[in-house]
Amino acid sequence: MQQKKDRMNDEVGPIQFGSGNGFSLPVLGQDTPTTPESPDPIAAGSRDAASSEVLAFQKSVEGKSGKQYWRSIDEWAGTPEFEAYVKREYPSQVEVIVDPFSRRRFLQLMGASLALAGFSSCAYQPKEELLPYVRQPEEIVAGKPLYFATAMPMSGGAAPLLVRSNEGRPTKIEGNPEHPATLGGTDIFSQASILGLYDPERSQAVTYTGEIHSWSSFIGEIRVALGVEKSNGGQGLRILTEPVISPTLGKQIMDLLKLYPNATWYQYESAASDGAFQAAQEVFGEPVRPIYHFEKADRILSLDADFLASHPKNLRYIKDYTKKRNPEAGNTPNRLYAVETTATATGGNSDHRIPMKPSEVEMFARGVAAAIGVGAAAEVPEAFSLMIEEVAKDLKAHRGSSLVIAGDEQPAAVHALAYAMNGALGNAGSTVVFTKPLEVNPVAQLNGLRELVADMQQRKVTTLIILGGNPVYAAPADLNFAGALESVQLRIYHGLYNDETSSYCHWHVPEAHYLETWSDTRAYDGTISIVQPLIAPLYQGKSKHEVLAAIIDQSDHTSYEIVRAYWKSQGALNTEASWRQAVHDGFLKESALPAGGLTAKQTSGLLTNVTPQQQPASNTFEVNFRLDPTIHDGQFANNGWLQELPKTMTKLTWDNAAFFSPRDARNLRLENSMGSSGGDFEVDVVELELAGRKIKAPAWILPGQPDGVVTLHLGYGRTRAGHVGTATGFNANLIRNTGTPWNATGLIVRSTAERYVMAQTQTHHSMEGWNLVHETTFDEYREHPDYIHEEEPPTPRDLSLFPNWPYNGYAWGLAIDLNSCVGCSACTVACQSENNIPVVGKEQVMMSREMHWIRIDRYFTGSGDNPNGSVFQPVPCMHCENAPCEVVCPVGATVHSAEGTNDMVYNRCVGTRYCSNNCPYKVRRFNFLLFNDWTSASLKLLRNPEVTVRSRGIMEKCTYCIQRIQNAKIESEKENRLVRDGEIVTACQSACPADAITFGNINDPNSKVAKLKASKRNYSLLDDLNTRPRTTYLSVLRNPNPALKPTKTENA
Amino acid sequence: MSQIFHHSTNTLARVTIFGTLFIIVGALFAIAEFNRSNYITHAFVAREQPVQFSHKHHVGDVGLDCRYCHTSVEKAASAGIPPTRVCMNCHSQIWKDSPYLEPVRASFRTGKPIRWTKVHDLPDFVYFNHSIHVSKGVGCSTCHGRVDQMPLMMQVSPLQMEWCLDCHRNPEKVLRPKSEIFNMAWTVPSDQAERGKRLAKEYNIQSKAVLESCSTCHR
Repeated sequence: MQQKKDRMNDEVGPIQFGSGNGFSLPVLGQDTPTTPESPDPIAAGSRDAASSEVLAFQKSVEGKSGKQYWRSIDEWAGTPEFEAYVKREYPSQVEVIVDPFSRRRFLQLMGASLALAGFSSCAYQPKEELLPYVRQPEEIVAGKPLYFATAMPMSGGAAPLLVRSNEGRPTKIEGNPEHPATLGGTDIFSQASILGLYDPERSQAVTYTGEIHSWSSFIGEIRVALGVEKSNGGQGLRILTEPVISPTLGKQIMDLLKLYPNATWYQYESAASDGAFQAAQEVFGEPVRPIYHFEKADRILSLDADFLASHPKNLRYIKDYTKKRNPEAGNTPNRLYAVETTATATGGNSDHRIPMKPSEVEMFARGVAAAIGVGAAAEVPEAFSLMIEEVAKDLKAHRGSSLVIAGDEQPAAVHALAYAMNGALGNAGSTVVFTKPLEVNPVAQLNGLRELVADMQQRKVTTLIILGGNPVYAAPADLNFAGALESVQLRIYHGLYNDETSSYCHWHVPEAHYLETWSDTRAYDGTISIVQPLIAPLYQGKSKHEVLAAIIDQSDHTSYEIVRAYWKSQGALNTEASWRQAVHDGFLKESALPAGGLTAKQTSGLLTNVTPQQQPASNTFEVNFRLDPTIHDGQFANNGWLQELPKTMTKLTWDNAAFFSPRDARNLRLENSMGSSGGDFEVDVVELELAGRKIKAPAWILPGQPDGVVTLHLGYGRTRAGHVGTATGFNANLIRNTGTPWNATGLIVRSTAERYVMAQTQTHHSMEGWNLVHETTFDEYREHPDYIHEEEPPTPRDLSLFPNWPYNGYAWGLAIDLNSCVGCSACTVACQSENNIPVVGKEQVMMSREMHWIRIDRYFTGSGDNPNGSVFQPVPCMHCENAPCEVVCPVGATVHSAEGTNDMVYNRCVGTRYCSNNCPYKVRRFNFLLFNDWTSASLKLLRNPEVTVRSRGIMEKCTYCIQRIQNAKIESEKENRLVRDGEIVTACQSACPADAITFGNINDPNSKVAKLKASKRNYSLLDDLNTRPRTTYLSVLRNPNPALKPTKTENA
Repeated sequence: MSQIFHHSTNTLARVTIFGTLFIIVGALFAIAEFNRSNYITHAFVAREQPVQFSHKHHVGDVGLDCRYCHTSVEKAASAGIPPTRVCMNCHSQIWKDSPYLEPVRASFRTGKPIRWTKVHDLPDFVYFNHSIHVSKGVGCSTCHGRVDQMPLMMQVSPLQMEWCLDCHRNPEKVLRPKSEIFNMAWTVPSDQAERGKRLAKEYNIQSKAVLESCSTCHR
């Protein structure tokens, strides 16, 4: 082992940096050893006034340090804090077991309770009751779950789902594999929405100025108010919704507007992409939107489009993009050039990451366009000229199979340029098609919102009905939406939570969760998807359809009747049979919005007129606002699963931050100091001023962040989100402007004396000192397919003193293709849902006590100042055949099964934690406290009855979803056959939109997993330890442009 | 100096020294046996139920098949407790005015379930599945005893892990032909050792190593 480590150190030489744009790939240098252990006079002083980290950067810039794959800046720089941290498994438990107690007192109590606990086994079990149905519903067999198709509405495209129902309560979200928009993948939002359904803090009753009223009194009052409005055609009536995709809801609003012809309907959400809307209006003359066909795209240029982020609209893109890069599937790999203005999953997974300031994206796009022959010749910064030339050359060489994508946050000009480039490259109709928008009535949302606020300020609005969204929180600060709202006489808010907006409204009607009501929606490709309820409303929730029906005097209509009546009037679903089929499938077949018939004007003003750039004052920053990767625009702020889910690139939990590039942080002398627990980072708080408005934000140093750019995530800083979401992070909307909603210049950054502690997981469970990630290029792989094992011969199987155990029956195994994993974390949330994994809270995350059974390790590659990209590595239990955890358990609570799974027997575990101390993969999780909520009634409905709910003092870890294995085995045994390949799908595998995870029987040579494990790309983590993991990985392959590639890129 | 201790103390000392060992072993044995006793396991204790339902009458006298009420025993983990409607299939016609059956009729009237007391209550970390046992040749009476002779339902097996493992290690000794699964009166034939082996092969019973694995029952 030691020998191995030394060899590695010898080979990993200094990293050579590219010419400053960060698209170089790591190379092997001279045989200079790395210097983590070598004494460094600068870093040795550690935590003095000048932090070790700042100095570590300086050291790094001198090119002396740097690992090739690293998860945090401390790891990369090899700071003493980090070295000390990785030596311990649970770094902080000694000091803080339970705050008010001393360690000795704790041990006394522990000893006493252990002794007493011994007697508990002699006690009677409590009396339990059996409550059968009175009249059993036809399809229900107690203990057998049913699955129902539904869809989760989201802007940009719904998530088509199959939801598991255990005796009538929805317990788990799965993707709908037959739905053309996703082919079965899911995203973190839909996976976590099941927790939203059971959230005990959802609003539960109709209220008027905070007092509980009945639905009927609401209807009575609103009738009176609207009667007055009707007399003048609804001149003072305004309706504010989120963008409406549901055809039925659209029809209802149109009906309402017919009744009140002078009323106005506005739509707004934080994610509004007005740039794309304007560009479409300009170039096509009507609102259209592009749909991409990644399965046909060989060369892709992303202009700050994060199309690999976890969102229902991206699921098909993720699938097609990653499939194209799968060497086993036999496709020619695509090549992705990713322009990005902050570190994103798309940039991390790209072949060439091109970080730049938001203001430079348009110039870059014009440069590429000019080189392709679109638009006017453009002046481009010297730094990008080589890249622009090569990208344009590469795109031109793949006419009809290339693709240019503009990000939603980009201004109209960039969208127009992307449309024009695709047209000139012959991609229109092939890799990109244009369809009508999903929305019933697409609008420029911010213009509308501005108009509404102006009307409210001029007291033209007498009744405002807000259906969904949370505009008081989410409206940009310059509008002063809340202030204007107060001048409206009657304000009605329909929403899921009693939130910021409801506190400004007279009436608040609780919204029914999408799992509680009928509705309809469209997926990203326009496929009509039926929203089917799985459960009657838990509280007094009403759907949007019911509220609108009440407004237009149809209050006795149920959601089902409204939706059904609408579709009866439509051709495709007018028969009962076709409707039932659509409800059963979850969607209407072949209902995607038709493509084509739309041609882009090539002569738009957007193409030729360069947007004038304000010359920002020197020493100001550019700022870009982005939706939060896990809590989105704030609508999921009260969802503990999403709050605690480490964010794709930063691995922060429970907070947002202002992201600074390492170089900027050095200049501003900002520090992120790692605490003793590994999860707590003390960071500097900065004051950010944009256009006269100021907020304070913790400054997080993010490798991959372009210099001169500060990124702020929306969605945090909620004041009335609920116990989980309130007072987490800061509200970036408070400096957001309607003029520059996504990217702005002139941000002034001032340092403050304040410090703030953040919880992040990037250094947790660190497996230090090994070759954990293998990465090479497609070309190298073709030439040397066996490159991993030539480098590191696999450990012989007879190394153990004990004879090998023969696995004669099934031998379960898992293969994870790192080349497909985009780091979206849907697997982590799916696992949390399937296995009843608790949320622990920010303080516990800071102590490395998060409970996720599958974590996503995010490795940056290359230099700390400008990483080349990232590798995402999901790490569940390895289910080692020679498991180190098993031999050290004094009570036999973790033992091996005859089929090779490493079983965890909760009822035997006494919590010594020896197993996790001996686990080299750091995959075991310990319930230090009673993390599971055993008391909230609604949360009891959430639990998967097939998995034990763990209590305090119990070790737990990934079981390969043993409940799914056992159930599939029982079904096969009853039919006297073997389990078919693909019959057992683990929760993580089922959730993965990229098909990166494959489970199966490795004893069956024809199984998918056995074939993957036979691939030359297959390798085990820490193979030298002879643990023989059943979970193995397939290496990452990149497809860099040879013209931009410095030299050989093997990573050793 | 005179002897402090009497002669007999030698014997006492010997008995004490050697006896301690026996006392400790004996005490441990007593605790273990107590833990296995019916007092702890609740075996042979008839539970009070909201309706004095007699399996003896319905199975033994009337001759109902187990699956008339326990419909999911071949399909799911749980054998299934019959919904009130199943009771009312007959009792809307016979004994329809019996005061004993008032809770049943009340349940049917009000739509509120009858609250039965659970008799066979495994710990929550055990995931027992009826369907696989029934389809692999383990009969009802093997675990539940002569239900057809029980006026009030009671447990006859200890339902402790050693009892489960006893069969999982030697399934041959209880396997019966599939035609006899629901036969209450089936007794173990004298040549069970040989028949069991044959049946185990025929039913494709999993290897002992698999049946003994923790995750077979614990998740």
